[in-house]
This record gives sequence, structure tokens and C-alpha cells, in this order.
Amino acid sequence: MASALFFYFFAVLAVASGAMVILTKNPVHAVLFLILAFFNAAGLFVLLNAEFLAMLLVVVYVGAVSVLFLFVVMMLDVDFAELKAGFIKNAKVGALIGGIVLAEILALVGYRGLTVAAATNAASPVPPASSGITNTQALGELLYTKYVYFFEGAGMILLVAMIGAIVLTLKHREGVKRQSISAQVARGPKTGMEVIKVPSGGSVIPPAVKHPEAAE
Amino acid sequence: MTIGLGHYLVVAACLFTLGIFGIFLNRKNVIVILLSIELMLLAVNINFVAFSHFNGDLVGQVFALFVLTVAAAESAIGLAIMVVYFRNRGSIAVEDINMMKG
Repeated sequence: MASALFFYFFAVLAVASGAMVILTKNPVHAVLFLILAFFNAAGLFVLLNAEFLAMLLVVVYVGAVSVLFLFVVMMLDVDFAELKAGFIKNAKVGALIGGIVLAEILALVGYRGLTVAAATNAASPVPPASSGITNTQALGELLYTKYVYFFEGAGMILLVAMIGAIVLTLKHREGVKRQSISAQVARGPKTGMEVIKVPSGGSVIPPAVKHPEAAE
Repeated sequence: MTIGLGHYLVVAACLFTLGIFGIFLNRKNVIVILLSIELMLLAVNINFVAFSHFNGDLVGQVFALFVLTVAAAESAIGLAIMVVYFRNRGSIAVEDINMMKG
């Protein structure tokens, strides 16, 4: 009974905050509602005995991705009111297509043939609660043995994403003086010193001092 | 009253539909489009974990983990592209992003 109550609590809050994400005017509020939606989804995961994924959702999404979104939303100085134009016109098409998709999925869910029984030949069965193996341990034992190559692939995806984000947003400023070690080491008496003949009684305005760093 | 697989699937369907609706509703605002994509991926994850629980098979949770990885990478790259675009054009309106063609 209590679990049913918690399910409805989390489910209603998740769907309501998901609706607020797309309906609210201020994108900062939208990101905050997305955090709420992810938090409630984590609650649903706990109800489904997937504790590790629930904590991962809180740590990765609430802790990292949403903060990234908040940073970008607050950093960009965008006129969001202007972006709202055509809201009603798009709403009709969106409601039509969204309604069709929702009706299709609900019809599929309501179809009686879809109900699954606990599979007897599961590839990696969930350990019974009496065995004392936690969800995290069971998931780790699966992830680091049977699916280790996929795990490495996921790490490679994250590495590529990180390098891509850095390369995209790195800005090379013009006119910044930086230390060039190779130019400093290569500098010798030939390039660092100049002998100027001064005619007697005259004067010489020395040419602009040439630094080897400035040449690049 | 027991909560079955169907209840979770309905929640996931609602979230997925909200994601699709959000993309149409905020067609000009890239930030909200990215948020809508996150909502849709969350719905997919709920489906995976629900089936994993009611089938008694852990592989669904492993796959949800990978979906989470790809979603994080996607949002990072998407936001980076958006920041660069804003730096170049001073706006994030999607309708202006057609100069890459040709």
C-alpha cells in the first residue's frame, strides 16, 4: 500500500514537473523543473529496486548535467521573450503529434498481450533478496565481466565528448603575450645583440627591438 | 492495490510525449529543445528499468546505464555547439541555423 502511494506521488510529480519544463517562460525555471523531474524519476527507480541507477541519476543529472545547463542558460544573454513567438501556432501541431504518439503508446500498453511474466530464462537474473547481494554489487559484477567492452566503449564516448566540448569552446585570443620556451632557448648572441656604428658627431635612432617571440 | 508494469509504462509514455510536445512548442529555443530531449531519454530509461524489474533481468539496468552515458555526452556537446553558435551570431534562434547548408 505504501509503495503504491509513493509510486503515485513520484509519478504525478515527475509528469507535472515535466510539463512545467516545456511550459514555463523562464529557461532557468525550466532547468530547475527538469531537476525536480529527474529527482522524482530517481524515486521511481528506488521503488523498482534499482538503487544504483537512482543514485547515479541524482549524482550525474542533478549534480552535473543540470548545473551545466544552468551555467549556459545564465551565461548566455538571450532575449527569451522573443523566442516565445509562435507559441500558440506551434502548440496545435505539437498537440496533434504528441496526442497521436501518446494514444499509440497507451494503446500498446493497454494491449493485454504485452504483460510480461517473470522470465525463467533471463540472461542475467536479478539475485534474490535472500542472497544478500545488493543491486550495486550485482550490477558491478555484470558490468565488469560480461559487458566490460561496452563499459570501455562508454568511457570512450565520454572522453570524445569531453575533448569535443573543450575543442569547440576553446577561444584563441589575439594579442596575448605568452612565454615561448623554444624561442627563448634558441635566442643567442646573433639574434639578441646588434652592433650599431654611430657616426662621429651624429646620432642613430635604433630600429625597433626585434624579439624572437614577436615573430610568430 | 499493486503497481504493475503498465503503471510505469504509462508514466514513461507521458514523459516521452511531453518531450515531443516540448520540441514543437519551443521550436525557436535550443535550450528547451535540449531539455525536451533529456525528458525523452529519461522516459526511455524508466521503461528499461521497469522491464528489468518485472522481467527479473539485470541487463535492462546495464543498458539504462549506457543510455545515461550517451545522454550526458550529447548534452555536453549540444551545449558546447550552442555556446559557440551564440558567440558567433549573438542569438540562439533555431531558425537562423540554416547557413551551414550548401
